[in-house]
Amino acid sequence: MMRALLGLLMLALAGATLAKEAAPLAEDPAVEARLKHISKELRCLVCQNETLADSQADLAKDLRREVRDKISQGLDDEQIKAYLTQRYGDFVLYRPRMTATTVLLWFGPFLLLLGAAFGVARFIKQRRRALEETPLTPEEAQRIKALLPTEQGKSV
Amino acid sequence: MKARFLIPFLVFVALVVFFYIGLNLKPREIPSPLIGKPAPAFNLQQLHEPDKTFSVEAMRGQVWVFNVWASWCVSCRDEHPLWVEFAQNNKLPIVGLNYKDQRPDALRWLLQLGNPYVLSVMDSEGRVGIDYGVYGVPETYVIDKQGVIRMKHIGPITPDVLTGKILPLVQELSK
Repeated sequence: MMRALLGLLMLALAGATLAKEAAPLAEDPAVEARLKHISKELRCLVCQNETLADSQADLAKDLRREVRDKISQGLDDEQIKAYLTQRYGDFVLYRPRMTATTVLLWFGPFLLLLGAAFGVARFIKQRRRALEETPLTPEEAQRIKALLPTEQGKSV
Repeated sequence: MKARFLIPFLVFVALVVFFYIGLNLKPREIPSPLIGKPAPAFNLQQLHEPDKTFSVEAMRGQVWVFNVWASWCVSCRDEHPLWVEFAQNNKLPIVGLNYKDQRPDALRWLLQLGNPYVLSVMDSEGRVGIDYGVYGVPETYVIDKQGVIRMKHIGPITPDVLTGKILPLVQELSK
């Protein structure tokens, strides 16, 4: 009887702890969904190569808390991003803004691709020219005829 | 035709230049957008006198240093002796932002290592830290008479930074 009671108590406690841990996530599913959506576009400043959504750093947790608050206050995505860039600069944005300094970042790869395509085209053209057949002049044909053994000679 | 053989060499030189520049960059130091902007306002409880608060407005008219520190922060321990020495030799007020710390820990830390701060304020939630764009403690700000942030240093200060950058700037601003 005692054992059964103890077992029940333990089960109840286990349930209680689980419920407690899950609480912050379950607070408002709509807010959490938006938080997830926004924080995927934001960089964790401590880990730098992780998104704010993935990072376990303390600062990331604090920033998620701030973003959550801002969502609850009814700010839209752009306003929240502006809030963070005012403090941490454009660096927090995973998708860099298009500015004079980031033009090369955005179009550099295409420039490289264009350069490579140009190089390949030139190479192919050159090779084709090298492979093109140039017919023999009559004089050359004569010389070859004289040099090569005749059909009769071969059969001997 | 001879120029052809120079191409790999030129590519190599270009790579060396890129690597040289790249290795000297500090990607961990993110330029702060707050430089040249007014220091974000706050009103926080003081560390030593919990019944008193402190706000940026109180420092108007003087040049001051705002240093973010915490007792749990290892590199704060590195830079701390420099601040203690600096506070002894200079009249420049240093205000501490005790970032996400516990009061007893912070007080003990200052007792052990010396207190270079005219006062410290407590940012237990880290909210003011976020307003100042803090992402790695310690961080140091130089704020001018008008309350504008003039410089930010990320990470522990070194004697070079202190005497080569912070002091000249402070002298310039104090004129």
